[in-house]
Amino acid sequence: MTVLAVAEHRRGELRDVSHELAGAGREVAEATDSELHLAVVGGDVESFGEELVREGVDRVHTVDRGEEFNHDVSVQAVEQLAAELDPDYLLLPHTVNGLDYAPAVAERLGLPLVTDAVDLAVDGNLVVTREMYGSKVETTVEVDADRAAVTLRPAEWPAAPKGGDAAVEPFDVTIDESAVRSTVTGFEEAAGGDVDIAEADVLVSVGRGIEEEDNLDIIFDLAEALDATVSASRPVVDNGWLPKNRQVGQSGKVVTPDVYIAVGISGAVQHVAGMKGADTIIAINKDPNAPIFDIADYGIVDDLFDVVPALTEEFGG
Amino acid sequence: MKVLVTVTDVAVVDDEFEIDGLDVDERYLTYELNEWDDYAVEEAVQIAEASDDVEVVTVTVGPERSEEAIRKALAKGADRAVRVWDDAIAGRDLLDAETKADLLAAVAREEDPDLILSGVQSGDDSFAATGVTLAEKLGDEWAAVVNQLDLDTEGGVASVHRELEGGVEELTDVELPAVLTIQTGINEPRYASLRGIRQAQNKPLDVKGLADLGLDETALETPLRRTATYEPESEGEATVFEGGPDEAAGELAAILREQGVGQ
Ligand SMILES: Cc1cc2nc3c(=O)[nH]c(=O)nc-3n(C[C@H](O)[C@H](O)[C@H](O)COP(=O)(O)OP(=O)(O)OC[C@H]3O[C@@H](n4cnc5c(N)ncnc54)[C@H](O)[C@@H]3O)c2cc1C
Repeated sequence: MTVLAVAEHRRGELRDVSHELAGAGREVAEATDSELHLAVVGGDVESFGEELVREGVDRVHTVDRGEEFNHDVSVQAVEQLAAELDPDYLLLPHTVNGLDYAPAVAERLGLPLVTDAVDLAVDGNLVVTREMYGSKVETTVEVDADRAAVTLRPAEWPAAPKGGDAAVEPFDVTIDESAVRSTVTGFEEAAGGDVDIAEADVLVSVGRGIEEEDNLDIIFDLAEALDATVSASRPVVDNGWLPKNRQVGQSGKVVTPDVYIAVGISGAVQHVAGMKGADTIIAINKDPNAPIFDIADYGIVDDLFDVVPALTEEFGG
Repeated sequence: MKVLVTVTDVAVVDDEFEIDGLDVDERYLTYELNEWDDYAVEEAVQIAEASDDVEVVTVTVGPERSEEAIRKALAKGADRAVRVWDDAIAGRDLLDAETKADLLAAVAREEDPDLILSGVQSGDDSFAATGVTLAEKLGDEWAAVVNQLDLDTEGGVASVHRELEGGVEELTDVELPAVLTIQTGINEPRYASLRGIRQAQNKPLDVKGLADLGLDETALETPLRRTATYEPESEGEATVFEGGPDEAAGELAAILREQGVGQ
């Protein structure tokens, strides 16, 4: 049996999730007595290939095609790798680029697809643990088939440690250029701005619970009393109430303040990706089941419109 | 030109809830238009407003309940709607992305749109795979997580920004016809006006079952099966302050001072 995991890179670097895929792949390979193959498509495949030699990896396939991710190329490359290796399980990252090609690969290979896995088990069949309803419940999904494709949520598996003696081999693909109908023309960094929330020691971060733009006043009052900086979850930024450079999360900024106060923020995985490195996390939320409480050190389960002014007052605001 | 928008309603779970078998007990669920689809509808309506002769059609796989979300999309300016449902579909407990894409693809083949807009994910089961699966089934191009769109209908190209991680955007040109999965923040979704809401009542909303789409129950077959649903054990050990807002704020203030905050 074979497990195939496909690495991800961007702008000259392998992304961390690549090594996590190897880590997860290793677990599945051990449980099923399989070989673990890794593949990387595009970029500096030689150095990526070396970097992907990890414990538990049997072979690394490098596809020297293009500098950056192009989904039409990746789909064809993985299709051809699968034709050659005949993997039972195909592991891909649940990243933005994973979202952009994993479903097409699964469809083309006729594999059932389970996305955003947070845990995997093989008990005869593959059993995938995933979350629903914004992380309020977990479900297990069993795949009643011999083969499957799964996308793995980043930061859920430990990276496979360096080491081992996997062979790194170039894999030749024949790309049908007429089927490449998308062209990546460049990259753009989101604009900077007045403050750098990544530099702040104390962040008062505001989420959708604030309801209206005018209500932001109580957040700024608290931040002023605490000598803190205001940041936000995505909906607040999407609504145009705060600029993009204040957004914390997967598509925003990664912050590591001493203290992070999440006010009216549920703690969606894409938000948590940006703030879980804070030293002390404080959550103010009226929902006792909000996932933010899973990572918080201190919490208040109550209405933010009562708690925030009371807290401001404590600091003489 | 025709723009097809996939629209779904999503379940939102109350603060307190109970699980009944493989799902949250229906009593604790309310339904609303999927956040990501709201932005997709807005984008389609803006395309229609920018040029003549654009028809915006919504397509939904969902029970009668979802007509509330559909009427909302119609009130915001979509021209008509198709809803796919019948007893056979209702009998399945897990509609995975593949199955949904099969049903949507059948509608798309009938409608033959130039562009399909879909939300990046639905807020409840978050498969985040329906749009791209649909594209592949149709043999269309696609782009996922689009937060800016410039359409060149004459040249047959959609120039998009894809929002990657860490504040980086990828600029990509995709050939039409294409399926784009729309990220929140791409526009400012409008509120439905009272006039829009009134007009929506008279806009066509067709309901189609498998047979109407030339499909049979094999289209619903999936090897995926939900086997358990439970509340995740809290990994954290948050100290929760109780006793009302003032008392809790006082205790939290003490902790913050200990940490040197606000001094
Ligand atoms: C590809 C992708 C990338 C993304 N990137 C990011 C990102 O970078 N950053 C990000 O934040 N999100 C991101 N998201 C969105 C993310 O999935 C969530 O939708 C978002 O984080 C939710 O924000 P929120 O917690 O403010 O809102 P909600 O999830 O709506 O939570 C609001 C919370 O406020 C609480 N609340 C409401 N009223 C009150 C009150 N009166 N008092 C106290 N509490 C109250 C509620 O109980 C709830 O928990 C991304 C999504 C995708 C698909």
